[in-house]
Amino acid sequence: MHTLRIIAAIFEKDLRVEWRHRETLASMCVFGLLVIFLFNFAFEPAGEESLRLLPGLLWIAFAFAGVLGFNRSFASERENAALEGMRLAPVDAGAIYIGKMLANLFFMAIAEAVMVFAASLWYNFSFIPALGWFTLSTFFCTLGYVAVGTIFAAIAANTRMREVMLPVLQFPVAIPIFIAGVEASTGALKGDPPGDYASWIKLAAGFSVIFVVLSYLLFEFVLEE
Amino acid sequence: MPFDTPRAKPELELRDVSKQFGDLQALRGVCLRVAPGDSILLYGPNGAGKTTLLRVLSTLARPSEGKVLLNGEDVHSNPAAAKSAIGFMTHTTFLYGELTVRENLEFAGKLFGLRAMAERLSNAMETFHLHERAETMVRELSRGYQQRVSLARAFLHDPQFLLLDEPFTGLDAGSTESLQTLLRGLGSQGKSLIFSTHDFEQGKAIARRLVALEGGRVLYDGPMEAAPLAALKAGERSHGAGARS
Amino acid sequence: MKKTFPQTVHLAVTLAALLVSLYFIFLYAPQESTMGEVQRIFYIHVSSGNMAFLAYFLTFFGSFVYLWKRNESADDFAYGSAEVGFIFCTCVLITGPLWAKPVWGIWWTWDERLTPTFFLWLLFVGYLMLRSYVIAPGRAALLAAVVSTLGVVDVVFDFWVIRMKSYRGQHPAAVMGGGENSGLDPRMWVAVFVTFVACLLLFSYLVRQYMRVAALRRQVARLRQLRDSSSGA
Repeated sequence: MHTLRIIAAIFEKDLRVEWRHRETLASMCVFGLLVIFLFNFAFEPAGEESLRLLPGLLWIAFAFAGVLGFNRSFASERENAALEGMRLAPVDAGAIYIGKMLANLFFMAIAEAVMVFAASLWYNFSFIPALGWFTLSTFFCTLGYVAVGTIFAAIAANTRMREVMLPVLQFPVAIPIFIAGVEASTGALKGDPPGDYASWIKLAAGFSVIFVVLSYLLFEFVLEE
Repeated sequence: MPFDTPRAKPELELRDVSKQFGDLQALRGVCLRVAPGDSILLYGPNGAGKTTLLRVLSTLARPSEGKVLLNGEDVHSNPAAAKSAIGFMTHTTFLYGELTVRENLEFAGKLFGLRAMAERLSNAMETFHLHERAETMVRELSRGYQQRVSLARAFLHDPQFLLLDEPFTGLDAGSTESLQTLLRGLGSQGKSLIFSTHDFEQGKAIARRLVALEGGRVLYDGPMEAAPLAALKAGERSHGAGARS
Repeated sequence: MKKTFPQTVHLAVTLAALLVSLYFIFLYAPQESTMGEVQRIFYIHVSSGNMAFLAYFLTFFGSFVYLWKRNESADDFAYGSAEVGFIFCTCVLITGPLWAKPVWGIWWTWDERLTPTFFLWLLFVGYLMLRSYVIAPGRAALLAAVVSTLGVVDVVFDFWVIRMKSYRGQHPAAVMGGGENSGLDPRMWVAVFVTFVACLLLFSYLVRQYMRVAALRRQVARLRQLRDSSSGA
C-alpha cells in the first residue's frame, strides 16, 4: 500500500513538474512531427505506398521522440540531485523506477497521439477503421520501449555525453520492440485478421512484462553509490 | 513515520568503514559512535572525507568495507528504519526547481509516509521562516533561501539523527543565528547532530564534541575543550586542497 | 591458478594451438567442392561467432557475480570478456562479408544469423562505451553490470524476433543446429573443433591478461595514495 502511494506521488510530481515548463512534451511532439514532415519530402509516398511506409515511419518518429523525452525526464532529477533525495526516504528503488516509468509512458502516449494525428492528416490516411487493434499493439510496444528507456536514461544520466549514450544503449535493446511495433501496426492498418499479427502483440507484451520486472529489480543498483 | 525501534538508546555507529571511489580512497577504517544528545563537529581540510562520511552515515553511499549500524543492526539490511531516523542535508539541495516550496516539502513528506502532513509542513515552514514564499517556485529563490528549504526538508520527518553538511552556507545573519539556536537545542531533546562547517569558531559555539578528519582517517575524536586545536590547525595549513571535499 | 598454470605456459599453449589450427584449416581439411579455397575462412568465422556469443554470456556471468558478491575481479572478468568478445564479434562481421561476396555475390544480407550477430555487436558497443563514459569511476562497474544483464535477456528476444520475421536464409545452417544434415566432411568437423579450442585458449589468455593488468592498476593506485597520504602527515 505504502509502495503504491509512493509510486503515485512520484508520478504526480513528474506530471506537475512537466506542467510547469512543458519542455519535455513540447520537444517530443515537435521533434516527432519534424520527422514525419521530413519523411514526406524524402519519399513523397502516395496512396498504397503510404500504407506500406506509415508504420515504419511512425515507429522511427516514436523512437526518436522517446529518447528525447527519457533524457529530459532525468534532467530535473539531476539538477539538485533530487534523485538522491528520494533515496534518502524509506522508499524502494523499484518504486522510483515504476513512478518514473509511468510518467514517461503518459508523456509518450500523448506525443504518440499527436504524431498519429499529424500523420493521418498529412498522408490522408484514416486510422479509424483499425483504431482498436492499432492502439492495443502500440500500447504494448510503447510500454516495452518506455520500460527499457527509463532504466537506460537513469544509467545514461551518470555519463558524459548522455544525449548520445542513451540511444547507443537503448536502441539495440529495443530492436525487438521496434520490429514488433512495425509488424503489428502494419497488420492492423492493413485490416488483416488480428490472428495474423497477434503473435507480435504477444511478443511485445512478453517483452514489456519481463523488462519492467527486470528493471524494477535492477534499479537499486543503478541508484547505488 | 516512527518505527518501533527500542526508544532507549538509538545509536548510529560506523565500524571500520572504508569508502573507495574507483581508485580514490575517501575513507579509511573510520570508527565513530553517535549517541543520543551528541553534538559533533566534523572538521578537516578539503578532501578529508567529511562529505563522504556524512553520505555513508546517511545510507546514500554504501561503504566499500566495514558497516554502518543503527542500534547494532546493519542499516543496509533494514534501510527503511534507518532512513526514517536520519535527516540529511548537503551541498545539493535535493529540491525540484519547478515545484514550489510547499510542493517540495509535501513530496518529501509523502516519500517518508508522514501522517498529519499539514501540521508537519506548517511546523517546518515556521521553524525556517518559509511561510511568506511558500508558493514560490524553488528555482526563483536565492541560494540562501533554497538552503533553508533544504534544511526544512531534512528536519521534516523529525529524525533522530541530523547530518548537516555545511548548513550555514549562504545564510544571512538572521537565519544563521536562528539556525544556531535550533541546533544548540537539539541535544536537550535527545537528538543527535553531526555537522561540518568551514567556520571553525561557529562550529565550536554549537558542538560539544569534535571529530577531526584528514586523508579519510579520524585524527581526533573527543570533547571540544580537550581538542589539540593548534596541532589540528597547523596540519590543515600544511595541506593542499584535496580532490573531494 | 597462478601456480598450476603459469601464464607463460598459457601463452605457449595458446600460440601452439593457433599454429595447429592453421594446419588443420589449410592442410588437413579438404577443399570444399563448390566454394573452393575461400570456404576455409569458415573455420575462423564460425569459431569467432561462437566465441562472441559465449563472451557476451560470460560478461553477464561476471556481472551477475559482481552484483551478488561485489568482487572486483568478477567485474574485471566481465569487462575483459566484453573487450575480447567485441573483437571476436567484429571479426565475424569482417570475415562474413569477405566470404559472402565471392560465394553469394553480395556483401551483406539481413538474414537470421547475420542480423542477431550485428545486434550483438551493437550491444557490445553500448557496454564498452558506457564503461568509458561514466563520470563517477566507482559507479561504472554497477551500471555496466545492469546493462549487460538487460542485454543478455535481450539477446533471447532478438532470436525470437528473428525467427518470427522468418527471413529467407542465405546462410549455411551448419554447426550450431545443422548436425548430420549439414553435409560437412568429418575432417571439416575436426578442423572446426580445433579452431574453436584455439580461439577459446586465445580468449582465456587475453581475459586473464586483462584481469592481471586491472588488478595491477588498482594496486598502483592504492600504493600511490598511500604514499601521498603518508608523505603529507
